[in-house]
Order: sequence, then C-alpha cells, then structure tokens
Amino acid sequence: MSTETGLTVAGEVARGDFRLALEFAVAPGEVLGVLGPNGAGKTTLLRTLAGLSALRGGRITLAGAVLDDPGEQLFVPAEDRPVGLVFQNYRLFPHLSVCDNVAFPARARGAGRTAARRHALGWLDRLGLTEFAGRKPGQLSGGQAQRVALARTLAAEPGLLLLDEPLAALDARTRLEVRAELRRHLGAFGGPSLVVTHDPLEAMVLTDRLLVIEDGRVVQQGTPAEVARRPASQYVARLVGLNLYPGVLGPDGAVALAGGGVLHAAGGSAGTGGATGRVLLALRPSAIALHTERPRAGSPRNVWPGSVSGVELLTDRVRVQVEGSPAALVDVTPDAVAELDLAAGSAVWLSAKATEIECYPDPR
Amino acid sequence: MVRLDGASPGRPARLGATRRDVPERPGRRGVPPALAVPAAVGFCFLLVPLLALLIRAPWRRLPALLSDPAALTALRLSLECATAATVVSLVLGVPLAWVLARARFPGLAVLRALVTVPLVLPPVVGGLALLLALGRNGILGRYLDAWFGITLPFSTAGVVVAETFVAMPFLVVTVEGALRSADRDLEEAAATLGARRLTVFGRVTLPLVAPSLLAGAVLCWARALGEFGATITFAGNYPGTTQTMPLTIYDQLQTDPEPAIALSLVLLLAAVTVLALLRDRWLRPGGVA
Repeated sequence: MSTETGLTVAGEVARGDFRLALEFAVAPGEVLGVLGPNGAGKTTLLRTLAGLSALRGGRITLAGAVLDDPGEQLFVPAEDRPVGLVFQNYRLFPHLSVCDNVAFPARARGAGRTAARRHALGWLDRLGLTEFAGRKPGQLSGGQAQRVALARTLAAEPGLLLLDEPLAALDARTRLEVRAELRRHLGAFGGPSLVVTHDPLEAMVLTDRLLVIEDGRVVQQGTPAEVARRPASQYVARLVGLNLYPGVLGPDGAVALAGGGVLHAAGGSAGTGGATGRVLLALRPSAIALHTERPRAGSPRNVWPGSVSGVELLTDRVRVQVEGSPAALVDVTPDAVAELDLAAGSAVWLSAKATEIECYPDPR
Repeated sequence: MVRLDGASPGRPARLGATRRDVPERPGRRGVPPALAVPAAVGFCFLLVPLLALLIRAPWRRLPALLSDPAALTALRLSLECATAATVVSLVLGVPLAWVLARARFPGLAVLRALVTVPLVLPPVVGGLALLLALGRNGILGRYLDAWFGITLPFSTAGVVVAETFVAMPFLVVTVEGALRSADRDLEEAAATLGARRLTVFGRVTLPLVAPSLLAGAVLCWARALGEFGATITFAGNYPGTTQTMPLTIYDQLQTDPEPAIALSLVLLLAAVTVLALLRDRWLRPGGVA
C-alpha cells in the first residue's frame, strides 16, 4: 500500500502499563535523535522497532514493508527484521572472538564459517578493528567494544540502524573520539537511523533532527539547533542550560509567568506571530546580570529582586542559583562573585535585556 | 575484600604513627566448645569409615583383584552404563531443563517439582515404579514387548534406564538453574542479528551454560555410576549383563570381602575425582578460559 522509502512509525509503544504515543518518519540517510529523560520510553521505542517488543496499536513500516501492525495481526519477529540495534551495553558474545562476533549475523543466516569470517574481516577493516580480530570481548576497552558492537550490527546489513545511548558507557575522553567516528559511520549508512541519547552535545553532533519525548508523548520535533534555542520543556531546557519560563503573553507585551513574576520579551507578541496566550520564554544564564543594588532607570526592562541559594564553580565561570520571581540560573565571572560578595543567602537584583529573551508559543 | 590490617598492596601500611590498631576479625577467634565438640565428632563420623576402607584395603593384592575377569566385567559394565545414562540424560534432560527454565504454561511449577522427585525418592521405590511402567506387564512395557519385542527389565538396557531415571534430575536441576540465570540480553542481541531460536540456543545459550552443563553431566555420571537400588530392582543382578560395580560389591561381600574392598576403592577414587572437578567449577563460576 505504501510507497515510502524510509521508516514510518505511527502508534503506541508500551511496556507494562507505560504508554508512549508517537508519529514520525525518518528518511533514508537521515539520523533522527530521540531525546528524553529516563523512563520516557526511548529504549522501549528502539525495542519495538527492533521487534523485541510489540506495538500496542498503529503501524511501523520500513521501505514500504509493514513490520508491525496489531490491527492487521501482523508482526515480523526480530530475527526476520532488517533492523540493526546497537545496545547500550553492547552485548558482545563473551565466548566468541571479535571476529566471530562480527561473523555471527552471516553464520546465523546460514553462511559457512570461512565465508562468514571473510565477511567479518571486511567490516573489521572498515572500522579499523583488524588488529583486535582474535581477541575476546573481555579484552577490549570500552571504545573498542563499542566499535565491535557497531561492526557486528552493520555486518548484518540492516535497512534501519538503531543506536541506544551509543556513548553512555564510555569515559569522557573516549567519548570525544568515538563521537566523531560514529558521525562518519552514520553518514556512510544509507538507511534511516535512530540515535537515543540524553546528551545534547551528542544529539547536536550525531543527528539531523530531534524528537523529544516526555510523559508518554512527543513534546518537540526539530533540528538540534532549533530545539536548543527554543526548548519546549524544562527537561530540554536544563539539558541545554537555559532558563525556561512558561507564561501567558498579554496584549501589552508583558508575559505573566506561571511561577510568578513578569518578564518582557523584545517585540512582545512579534516572536509568536502576533498571537497572545500561552508562551515559553527562554533566557540564557549568561544574559542575566547580578547587582547588589537596584539598577537605575534606563537600564534593561527586566529587573527583579532575588536571593542567592547556591553558588557552583563551572570550568570558566560561576553558576549562581537565585530564588525570586522568577527564580533563575545566572552565569557570572569568578571576579564578579568576589566583587558582589555572593554567597548563599545574599540579596541581589537581577536584570535581563528584553532582546535576550526568546519568546515562542507553548506547544503543549 | 576489605583488608583490616591496613596494608593494602602498593601502599605502605606505616605512615608515621597514624596506623590504628584494628581488632582481629571476629570470625577468626576461637570456636566455642559447645560447637567445636559436635563438629569434631561429625567430622570423624564422616571421615573414619573412609579411612577404614583405606586402612583395610588389600593394597598388595589390589592389582590382582582388579584385573580379575569378574571385576573387570563389572567395571566395564558400570562405566558403559553410567556413560550411556549420561548421554541419554543430556539428550532428554537439556531440552527438559530449557522448557522448565524458559517456557510459560499452567502447571509448570508442578512439573518442575515432579522432575525433582527421583532426587529424594528411595531408589528401590524408583526401581519398582520402573517395573510397573516398563516391566513386561507394565503399563507401557506390555506394548513395548507385544509390538516391538523389547524387554527392558533384567537387561543391560534396563540398567541404563534405571540409572537414567535416578541420575537425570541432577543434570536437569543444574542446567535449569544455569539457564534461568543465563544472560537473556545476549539471546536478544542474537535475535536482532538474525538468529532463529534454535540457532540462538546452539550458538549462544549452550556455550554460555557450558560450565554448568559439564558440572551437571559429571554429577549425573557419578550418580549413575553408584546406582544400586533402582538397578537391582528393575534390572536384576546378573553378572556380565546387569551386575554393575555396586552390585558386585554387595554380592562379593557375602563371600569374600577383599574384592569388594578393591572395587569400593575404585568408586571412592571416582567420587573424589568428580568432587575435585566440581569444586573447581563451582569456585570459579562461568570461568570460560
């Protein structure tokens, strides 16, 4: 019936009582990032796509072929799906050598030992793993194991590639190397791919488009840059390091915040296409200034009092947590902390230019 | 392991005078006499009979006794039957263990309990039950006899049947436990790589439980080798066809104890060897080199 070339998903994935309603498509060659807090159903989504669990309702198609459609009593089991899944913990077979791990898909489909090994060595070569062919998985570093897992999945020549938090199990330094390399392999993969992550940087580097899931539904879709600039949920805002305030935009251009307080965004309703109503305001911590006394008139439009509740040293700046209406995270220089004599409990004034505030409709 | 003496490797214990005096580990202090005395008696009770066997063994006549044709026949029959019983147990028991560990259907718990009955059933009762089932007038045996001309009781095949009945549960229980705790994640991974269930079983599941499979098979073999009650009841006591080592020992004891002791030493050696093999496995679980 369908002539789509990529992956289409519309329906409900489930795990126990948990439900996640989804509708999205991924084109061949496109990398879709799936971002969401723990328990949002990211892994359940991947398992459903791989055929390890079944769709509750709806339909999944890949290159026009139906993989799962409960309404039609149709379910293609994992072993018959052209879907490759790289598990978060890799799941390499401990009793097989690296070469035999990568040869596994061919062996499983009935290839002889010699042919399967030759095929595997080709993939090991492509991923720069030839020297590890004879090792057992227990003798590999995290980064090497990750590459072997990827090689094993690619060796099955899937039509859809799924990666579950591919870098989560790696240490910070290895992550940097593997991330760049992974981008290359994803780029070389011809089919649609999905990368589950909760690391915004990973999402920016690896993916073309993001799907943010939270509370059992899709809360935002867009390019990583869009999502980072205009996050639709507190979860994403925290990830990308923004203050996010839901509120109601009045006709005067002032936004009454849901948590108390009022902020003005430049252009007022212009950012929302003239619409009034429920909006979100995003404000960078570095765009807020702190003062010990109320700034004089003529300064920024948004000025409000607060009290410091926490001070945390980041690598090159200090993040100050301020209670008030609204509460805010503020980034200042270490010098400013000394100059303003900031400590928990200090009374401060906050100010932010209206032009620094991003105002957009609340998608919820 | 927490080292209480403060001397962790690579770090000197005495840095100035800061080393604290840590009390001795509680478990290392003396055993109360109320426990020590019965413990010692229990130990001796288990050990002295074995010592008696070694002390009274006719060591000088041992080569002659063991190369006696009757002894050799019993030895060969025992080894063959125990090995055959182990093979049958593997062929039937491993799939059974898989079903018990993985399948889900009503009554599975009851089935699992029934499988373990032969573990605690007196072997004589097992032998009698086999006779009633597979004997010439047994509920199945009469058809085996009438249709195929097969009679199991009082034959070498009957010995294998009796030993399998008693020993297979050891294998099933061991392998079932391993299958239950085996890493299902790896089986899932195999499925996403295109492996069908039988391929997953053969290429992933079985290799992963191989140590337990070996332990179960050794345990099963040892139990079959020593089988007495079920064998004598179901298969009888005919030298050359059904008289295994334990039966020979019992028989010989009535007339001349020395050959009996010699054969007993062989069984003791087998038991100790099996124990050594199993200990090694159990101390290093999953130790696939």
